[in-house]
Amino acid sequence: MYAQMVDTGVKAVASRAEMSPEERAFQARIDADIKVEPKDWMPEAYRRTLIRQISQHAHSEIVGMLPEGNWVTRAPSLKRKAILMAKIQDEGGHGLYLYSAAETLGVSRDQMIADLHAGKAKYSSIFNYPTLTWADIGAIGWLVDGAAIMNQIPLCRCSYGPYARAMVRICKEESFHQRQGYDIMLSLARGTPEQKAMAQDALNRWWWPSLMMFGPPDAESVHSAQSAAWKIKILSNDELRQRFVDQTLPQAEYLRISVPDPDLRWNAERGHFDFGAIDWTEFHNVLRGNGPCNRDRLATRVRAWEDGAWVREAAMAHAGKLATRAAGQAKAA
Amino acid sequence: MSNEWPLWEIFIRSQHGLAHKHVGSLHASDAAMAIKNARDVYTRRNEGVSIWAVRSADIVASSPGDKEALFEPAASKVYRHPTFFPMPDEVKHL
Repeated sequence: MYAQMVDTGVKAVASRAEMSPEERAFQARIDADIKVEPKDWMPEAYRRTLIRQISQHAHSEIVGMLPEGNWVTRAPSLKRKAILMAKIQDEGGHGLYLYSAAETLGVSRDQMIADLHAGKAKYSSIFNYPTLTWADIGAIGWLVDGAAIMNQIPLCRCSYGPYARAMVRICKEESFHQRQGYDIMLSLARGTPEQKAMAQDALNRWWWPSLMMFGPPDAESVHSAQSAAWKIKILSNDELRQRFVDQTLPQAEYLRISVPDPDLRWNAERGHFDFGAIDWTEFHNVLRGNGPCNRDRLATRVRAWEDGAWVREAAMAHAGKLATRAAGQAKAA
Repeated sequence: MSNEWPLWEIFIRSQHGLAHKHVGSLHASDAAMAIKNARDVYTRRNEGVSIWAVRSADIVASSPGDKEALFEPAASKVYRHPTFFPMPDEVKHL
C-alpha cells in the first residue's frame, strides 16, 4: 500500500497482563473506538509506528507526483492536461495533509524529509516504475489510485484522530483520480488498434506491481497484529488485495483488455477470483532500492529540495524583515 | 534545517453561512503566504468563501487531563436541555 511493511518495533503483541496501567487504559479506549488525539497519552511504540506509517504515506503522495508529472507536457489534449495537473496538485495536497498529521506526533517536517532523502524512510514500491506511454497515466489512476482507495477508506476509521481526518479528506478527492484514470482507459479501449494495444500494454506492466502495493501476506506478521490491535491497520494485506482483484476484473473486462495472469479464474466456492502467485522477489528488490526508477525518483526529490533552499530561506528573511519594520513603526507611533 | 517555516492552523467558512471550521494546518513564512497556501491546499473544490490563518503557536488549548474537571459538571445538568421538560401533547408551539 502507500505504507508497506510498517515496523512497529515490537517483538510480540502484549497481553493485558503484561501492559502497564496506562497501556491498559489506552488499549481500552482504542477497543471502545475512542479516537486518540495529539495531546493524549500514548505508548511510545504507537507514536513511533504512526510517524513511520503516516510519513511513509505522505512521501508516497509526494514521490507519486513524479511518474505523472512526466506526462504533463505531452498530454494528448488541453483538457487532459488540465485534469492531469489538477490530479497531481491533489497528490501534493494529500502529502501536505499527511505531513501535518504526522507533525502532531512531535516530528518536524524537515526531519521527515531528511529521513526520506537519507533513504531511512520509505515510500510505496509502486512509484519506482516508469510511465512509458500515455496509457500508463490511465492505468495509474485506475489501478494505483483504485488500490489506494481500497486501503484508505478503512483508514478513515483508524484510531488516531488527525490521521483519520486527513484520510476522510483524501478519500473524497481520490475518487476523482480513479475515475479520470478509467476514463483515459475507456477512450483508449474504444480507439484505434494501436490505442487498444497501448491500453493492454499498460495493464500488462501495472497489474502485478499494483497487487504488490498491498504488501506481502501478513497473516504471521507481528507488526500487522500489533497495528491491528492499535487500529491503525484495519484490514489485512491479503483481504485488501482480494477485494481489489474482485472489483477490478469486471472493469478490465468492460475495457476488453485482459489481466496478465493465466491462473486467474472465478472460484464459485470462495465467491472470489483466484489469482496467480506474486513475485515477491521483485517487490523486495524494489524496496531495497533496485526498482527501475528508485535512484531517479530520490535524486529528483533531493534536487527539488536543495534547489528550493534559497527560496525557503529568502521567504523567512523577508518575513523577519517585515516583522522588524512593523515593530519599528509601532514604536515610532 | 532549524529554520523551518512556522506552522499555521487554517479555518475555512463554507458558503452556507456556517462558522469558520478548522480544516488542518500548513507551513508558511508569513501571514500572506499562509492565506495563499491555504487557498491552494484547502479550497481546491469550492470548499470556502473565507479563510482564517492562525499561528499554531498562538493557539491556547485545554489539556486532556482537565477533561473531567472542565466538562463533567455539564453532564449532571440535563435540565439545560429542552427535552428535560415533557410537555402535554395538546399544548402546541412550545
